[in-house]
Amino acid sequence: MYKYDAIDRQLITERVEQFRDQVSRWQSGELTSDEFRPLRLQNGLYVQRHAPMLRIAVPYGMMNTAQLRKLAFVARTYDKGYGHFSTRHNMQFNWPKIEDCPDILGHLADVEMHAIQTSGNCLRNITTDQFAGVAADEVIDPRPLAEILRQWTTFHPEFAFLPRKFKIAISGTKEDRAVTWFHDIGLHLQQQDGETGFRVIVGGGLGRTPIRGQIVRPFLPWQHILTYCEAILRVYNRFGRRDNAYKARIKILVQALGVDAFTQLVETEWAQIKDGPATLTQAEYDRIAAHFTAPAYDRQVDASAFANQIENDKAFARWVERNTHPHQVAGYVAVTLSLKQHGAAPGDISADQMDLVADLADQYSFGELRVSHEQNVILADVRKSDLHAVWQAAKGAGLATPNIGLLTAIICCPGGDFCDLANAKSIPIANAIQARFDNLDYLFDIGEIDLNISGCMNACGHHHVGHIGVLGVDKNEAEFYQVTLGGRQGYDARLGKVIGPSFAAEEMPDVVEKIISVYLENRHPDERFLDTFDRIGIDPFKNRVYEGRAHGKAKTAQKEAA
Amino acid sequence: MMAQLIKDNTLAADTWQTLELGPDETPENVALPSGDVIFPAAVWLARKTEIISGNKRIGLLLKGDDRLEDIGGDLDHFIVIAIDFPKFVDGRGYSTASLLRQRYRYAGELRAVGDVLHDQLFFLKRVGFDAYALKGDKNAVQAIAKGFSTFSDAYQTSTDQPQPRFRRRA
Repeated sequence: MYKYDAIDRQLITERVEQFRDQVSRWQSGELTSDEFRPLRLQNGLYVQRHAPMLRIAVPYGMMNTAQLRKLAFVARTYDKGYGHFSTRHNMQFNWPKIEDCPDILGHLADVEMHAIQTSGNCLRNITTDQFAGVAADEVIDPRPLAEILRQWTTFHPEFAFLPRKFKIAISGTKEDRAVTWFHDIGLHLQQQDGETGFRVIVGGGLGRTPIRGQIVRPFLPWQHILTYCEAILRVYNRFGRRDNAYKARIKILVQALGVDAFTQLVETEWAQIKDGPATLTQAEYDRIAAHFTAPAYDRQVDASAFANQIENDKAFARWVERNTHPHQVAGYVAVTLSLKQHGAAPGDISADQMDLVADLADQYSFGELRVSHEQNVILADVRKSDLHAVWQAAKGAGLATPNIGLLTAIICCPGGDFCDLANAKSIPIANAIQARFDNLDYLFDIGEIDLNISGCMNACGHHHVGHIGVLGVDKNEAEFYQVTLGGRQGYDARLGKVIGPSFAAEEMPDVVEKIISVYLENRHPDERFLDTFDRIGIDPFKNRVYEGRAHGKAKTAQKEAA
Repeated sequence: MMAQLIKDNTLAADTWQTLELGPDETPENVALPSGDVIFPAAVWLARKTEIISGNKRIGLLLKGDDRLEDIGGDLDHFIVIAIDFPKFVDGRGYSTASLLRQRYRYAGELRAVGDVLHDQLFFLKRVGFDAYALKGDKNAVQAIAKGFSTFSDAYQTSTDQPQPRFRRRA
């Protein structure tokens, strides 16, 4: 993975000192709280429901074991012994003290980590596919260009105070795993006539106004990515709305102008800077790409024992089926260590688990790991012959729940238990659903299904793109949950449809069970939940879920009668 | 409190006054003062000829909604262009400054006015500002000492460094 050079190191060290100075000027009253707020946010520091929250970047999801051990150290020393992986390749600590944050950032800088631009109205962390560089369906490894974009976004002087936050995702596979259709800029790497470039998508986003992004340029040769992004950002910075935070994302500008007029503005701006000094060079691409070369793979993996282990150990076979993924190199797989143990907060990882994952990565996966937007940890390069040992160690630490892609591997934001923005709790809903579907045979029989939960319409839990989406809403100061069906990520990403009126928290396991029962009763052999949903539509689900419940006109009539 | 003008890394006397329109004044009827005056863009656009004949040294004030395109042809007349930051989190002025310097090749004084604070000075300098009306109640000594030298290098192209770092590598 990418290793800092002297300047990279110097810049993050200077950032720590800048932030230390800002904290100290805030403490002395030189900076007012209103003046400090955007500054601390641009360093990932929120003030939350119970305590500050510090969000640390894991650029494009890649980490080495020294970094993970440092996060474990921070969790133990400055927090309550755990951290939380968010849906955008960040680690969040929920209980640091503000005055400790400069020291925490100092420790992180020692291992080339930081919290730069992990919040605030600026260019955020670049995200990508957790299997980048090893995925069997990969067209182009997105990591070198993600790193180039990381550098470009870091302390960009013109775009530090945008109308609203700005998120870029980049994917290099046919089956997009980076939710690129729902980012401010989504980039699909592809080849055209032997040339490498991007399909540029702008104006997607989840949140309060979910919109699928639109193609602004079908093909942009890779050398132009920085100038093209500059053109997009300049148009947005000048013309994006600043009068209403809810209408300030670039998606609203694209909608207001129409994609053609927006594209015209971008192309006109780009024509002025195209081929300028910011045009990438092959030498720069090669220099960065040299950090992402393949490790020294064992070309003679003996998988015969592995075949026997699968044959003889059903629990191991299940884990392999769900939690391992095809690899470009014969004899290897990528392993997902599930942070979706039933009953635990989705995405949470303890300091001890971090240390264990670091040990596993050192021993079995070249000392590197990944985090996914599904909030799991990935060992990208594991020999099949080592899988049994990895599984046993992971199982002992609660990291081997064989549920990746299944109903209980719920994507879930921290929700009302932690987050100030939330309208409702999300973790207890996830845990109640996990408890209801705790039987592995049943879970496997239900098969592939994404259930995503957000505690408010900001949609950090990506509920819009869950096959089943759950959104916490506030109705007269009580917590309710709205359910959507049929959303999906991937290249055909689309938004789910609202099934009807919302439900109380305690109803949610029943509601999900009813939805699942409609699927099980209607499915054809080999149909996944989504296939059946697409075939039979939302009505059978709606009828079952609201069976015997008065709603709509009936409910109004009932109320009037009472 | 009067803003403190920072120029060339030091506090400087401000010889310029900015024309402000009273409640009953419009760009068309406002009296045009003489001396070193910074005129709002709307006044400049309405009274260009009068201003040119009455003032030797002319300044221009650009607010967030003013279109750079409207005054792009007039830049030779201005000794100072002031760009207003109504709130420091309103970042439009960074793009305005970048365009003035990089696209329109404006070479006169470019002054940040309004909600101008210590922690924005580094980025303001990078995009091409060379004068800063720091808010009056802020510590100018500290801002001058630390605000411009926050980072020792930068990755991106900008006005103060047209070559990206990757083209400056040994």
